[in-house]
Amino acid sequence: MEWFSSFWATYSTLTLSLGTNVLLALSIYLTLSCGLLSVANAAFMALGAYSAAVLTLRAEVPLWIGVCAGAILAGVTALLIGRPTLRLSGVYLAMATLAFGEVVRIVILNAEQLTGGALGLNGIPQSTAWYDVALAVGLTLYVFLRLAHSHVGRTMAAIAQDETATELMGIDIRAYKLFAFVVGAGVAALAGALNAHFTFFISPNEYGFDRGVEILAMGVLGGTGSPWGAVIGAVLITLLPELLRGLGDYRPLLNGIVLIVVILYSPKGVWDLFAASRRRTKTVLAEPDSRTLTR
Amino acid sequence: MFAQQLVNAISLGAVYALFALGFTLIFGVLNVVNLAHGAIFMVGAYAALQAVLILELPLLAALLWAMAVTALAGWLLDKLIFSPLRARRAPHLAPMIATIGLAIAVNSAIQGWFGAENLRFPTATLPARVLTFGAIQITQLEIQIIVMALALMSILFWWLHRTHAGRALRGLAESAKAAALLGVPVERYFRATAVIASMLGGVAGVLIALYSNAVFPGMGQPMLHKGIAVVILGGMGDIRGALLGGFFLGCAEVFSVAYIGSTMRDAVAFGLLFAILLVRPQGLFGQAAQRRA
Repeated sequence: MEWFSSFWATYSTLTLSLGTNVLLALSIYLTLSCGLLSVANAAFMALGAYSAAVLTLRAEVPLWIGVCAGAILAGVTALLIGRPTLRLSGVYLAMATLAFGEVVRIVILNAEQLTGGALGLNGIPQSTAWYDVALAVGLTLYVFLRLAHSHVGRTMAAIAQDETATELMGIDIRAYKLFAFVVGAGVAALAGALNAHFTFFISPNEYGFDRGVEILAMGVLGGTGSPWGAVIGAVLITLLPELLRGLGDYRPLLNGIVLIVVILYSPKGVWDLFAASRRRTKTVLAEPDSRTLTR
Repeated sequence: MFAQQLVNAISLGAVYALFALGFTLIFGVLNVVNLAHGAIFMVGAYAALQAVLILELPLLAALLWAMAVTALAGWLLDKLIFSPLRARRAPHLAPMIATIGLAIAVNSAIQGWFGAENLRFPTATLPARVLTFGAIQITQLEIQIIVMALALMSILFWWLHRTHAGRALRGLAESAKAAALLGVPVERYFRATAVIASMLGGVAGVLIALYSNAVFPGMGQPMLHKGIAVVILGGMGDIRGALLGGFFLGCAEVFSVAYIGSTMRDAVAFGLLFAILLVRPQGLFGQAAQRRA
């Protein structure tokens, strides 16, 4: 097992990051599968990370209590802002969630007593072990896969395709959207809390627009048709910078180019390349509606 | 004090409006959230700086050079990214993700080529006169910025509302299909829009670079956030909205710094934005999205 210990010594952070990125990608998969274009997951990640970190640092609670507290806080926040915000759709929802994310980041930045402000929180106990992340990822993936093929999952897919028709069938779309939003927030917070406990330093800038955009990119790049798409997207976006390590400063350059090329040749995401062969695609002649997210 | 802050707000707001105009043009006409607009803004700033440093051009010529460079960038953006995605009937989000990739790539390229540090215009090249009107002090640079921004916006307005091509563009923004049926060369107009929008972004970049005398690879990002905020305030896809939203945000920022404190500056802007989205999500001038049953 010697190669494993040396592998782990070098790549433990990367592997754990991969795990939390998969969780983040899954959280946005859930919101996207309901037709919600939300960039707020970075903010929920921040809420989860900061609440768990503050609890473990100041009150010395065990890891999973902190994580659960973070997830609950994020869930409650999502519930509170979800009700008014989810009336919006499409790009307006994206912008509202973006604005919300920035407000969260700035509040964290200014609440210096609690959160350390711009200097961030240092010395968070490194209590995340690989099995914590593996458990979280496995459980979430399993639940989402079952959800996708269940009554709830199909309803959300219907909402994503055509809200009006779904509503006319007597389905309470507000409740389903809120469900997707809140659960997505909880999963993102879970990822954030776990992430904070192996990077041992967090600062508000990590959870801004760039992170939100990165999460969205993971979701869309991998493909929104299935939770596996989220996994693929997370793997691509996490590992690509590592594989390109030799390029130094120009690494993000190739990263960006790869992103562009993948989108150009597989606009529905990488998962679509696998799924397309198993599916006949119908071309629908329709005016591009800025509110629907076509799969 | 108030009048002085108002002057600052107007000059800052004018540049915000210019940047937001480019952003909203691409959204309104091409239906794409162009997250690479900040990168193009930055390219404009660098182009002007290099023109001054290497080619030793006067400022106006450097501005024109930056406009040419960013116009080319916009042309490439549409030709290489937006146009193929349109042809492939890509889902709505795909072009946005591609622009994310482009922004990352361009940022990295600029950083690798020019370095990450703050570059400055040589002090000799910057206009230095300060004019005083009673209690208000305004620099020559601020006046030039306001004039340039307002001039460009007026030209754009005139073009959109008084020429045949402008009318075609407005029709295209309403419905690409209908415009095509009426004989408007849609692809050509899309390309032209990308070029014009990028040019406006580039000019905004040069103006901000001169205003703050700081050119660095990350300068596009915060500007992009503000551009998004302006466009939401004013209404997505609406030109007057971008204009008013820009001035509104400029005022909100300057006054919150003056009367509240600089740390909460962004919080005020985004908090306001969030509140407006809840009350009137289409912004001041936007149209509420029609339900198509």
